[in-house]
Amino acid sequence: MDTNKTVAVIGGGIAGMEAATFLSARGITVYLIEKEDKLGGHLLDWERLFPTMRNGSEVVKFLMDGVKADNIKIMLSSKLTAAEKSGKGYNLRINENVDLFADAVLVTTGYDLFDATKKEEYGYGIYDNVITSADLEKIFMSGKALQTKQGNVPKKIGLVHCVGSRDEKAGNVYCSKVCCVTGVKQAIEIKQKMPYTEVFNFYMDLRMYGMHFEALYKKAQADFGIQFIRGRLSEASEDQNGGIILKVEDTLMGKPLKLTVDILVLLIGLIPAKGSKEVGELFGLKNGVNGFYKTTDQHTLTNSSNVDGVFFAGACTSPKTITNTITDARAAASTVAAYLFNYRSLERKIEQNEDFWLYNTK
Amino acid sequence: MKTFGYTIQNDRQIDFDAADKKLYRYVAEKEPDINLCIFCGTCTATCSAAEFKNMSFRKISLFLRRGLTENLKREIESCMFCGKCTLVCPRGINTRNIIFNIRKGIEEYEF
Repeated sequence: MDTNKTVAVIGGGIAGMEAATFLSARGITVYLIEKEDKLGGHLLDWERLFPTMRNGSEVVKFLMDGVKADNIKIMLSSKLTAAEKSGKGYNLRINENVDLFADAVLVTTGYDLFDATKKEEYGYGIYDNVITSADLEKIFMSGKALQTKQGNVPKKIGLVHCVGSRDEKAGNVYCSKVCCVTGVKQAIEIKQKMPYTEVFNFYMDLRMYGMHFEALYKKAQADFGIQFIRGRLSEASEDQNGGIILKVEDTLMGKPLKLTVDILVLLIGLIPAKGSKEVGELFGLKNGVNGFYKTTDQHTLTNSSNVDGVFFAGACTSPKTITNTITDARAAASTVAAYLFNYRSLERKIEQNEDFWLYNTK
Repeated sequence: MKTFGYTIQNDRQIDFDAADKKLYRYVAEKEPDINLCIFCGTCTATCSAAEFKNMSFRKISLFLRRGLTENLKREIESCMFCGKCTLVCPRGINTRNIIFNIRKGIEEYEF
């Protein structure tokens, strides 16, 4: 049941791949446009996934099986450089030398990771033994042992939650959603590899909202002896041996606490992608107050943009888990199909409540 | 001779029904930021006084809300107004100004 419709999907991460799969199943031709030389996005850099500890590569393989469809044209190392409205669709230019036409555009540009050097007081890029959660995944994937820069087995490791999230000083007031459970996951992985290493998680709130997340947290306590200390790190400093001295308030004890760790892991948040900004400018897409794309409605029109024929899926509209992203991608495919085939479902309207009233505090 | 008998234990409970929130209202009016605290403790962790004295902005903020003025008066005396807590607060609260107004309120109401 091939149709004569064509959709351009901008971004070949999880959302782009899964949306392309479901669009192609409806007989729609898809251009899946990815700026890197591989599909898979950030998932390629993540070893195991919460809460199951499954390998991320299994999910990549599942997604790859989907985009093998004949009517999906995968375009790697391809960057959208121009977009122009043409009839109901768009003329798109890729890498300054390829032109194509799409009846609709689905933007799946994802997120970037928070730049931990912006929290200078935590010493990332200054002290040897301060790394990010993303660096830790790279070490896990390399198969190498986790060591200090000085080549020692770490006896104590600290993980700091909410780095670059829920932080007005870092410019991001929102919760990045995935770091809490990532911190619990990574703490467990450290203990699985190094049972004699003590692991401390410094948190403000542990937001275990997803199915099985609370069970993972309990597992961390019961089977791995991970110590959770309620307090946000104020500053880290380096001692003469390369250890990292942490200053935090143990808020439940009501006393300041000092702890020296051998490695400090910063659980960095998700921020709007640089790529989203570039693509957004080409189409005139609106951003929400936190810099992610603004969907037409918070509850209902969650894949629609302010521009006719341009839609969103995945973490380009807000931080999302892999599960959320895959679900959102399929919803977006359905929304795009509704647009292309004039389904009545897209004619529905809802009164717009400006969400900015939430941010009028200052 | 050994004395024995009953002693009176002070009640540990916060009597929130009887709490005097006058000082809290005074401060909240001058600096509404007081309501934004998420009790993360970054202020206390960085506080120069907290290492040596019972001084925690996070706790002061709670004493104020719960009407525990006596505890509050004791803790707040250690503040040196260096403003480090204001620098580190993730909610951007003007902690220094809150302490300033608590002290003014204490004077004004002669607690």
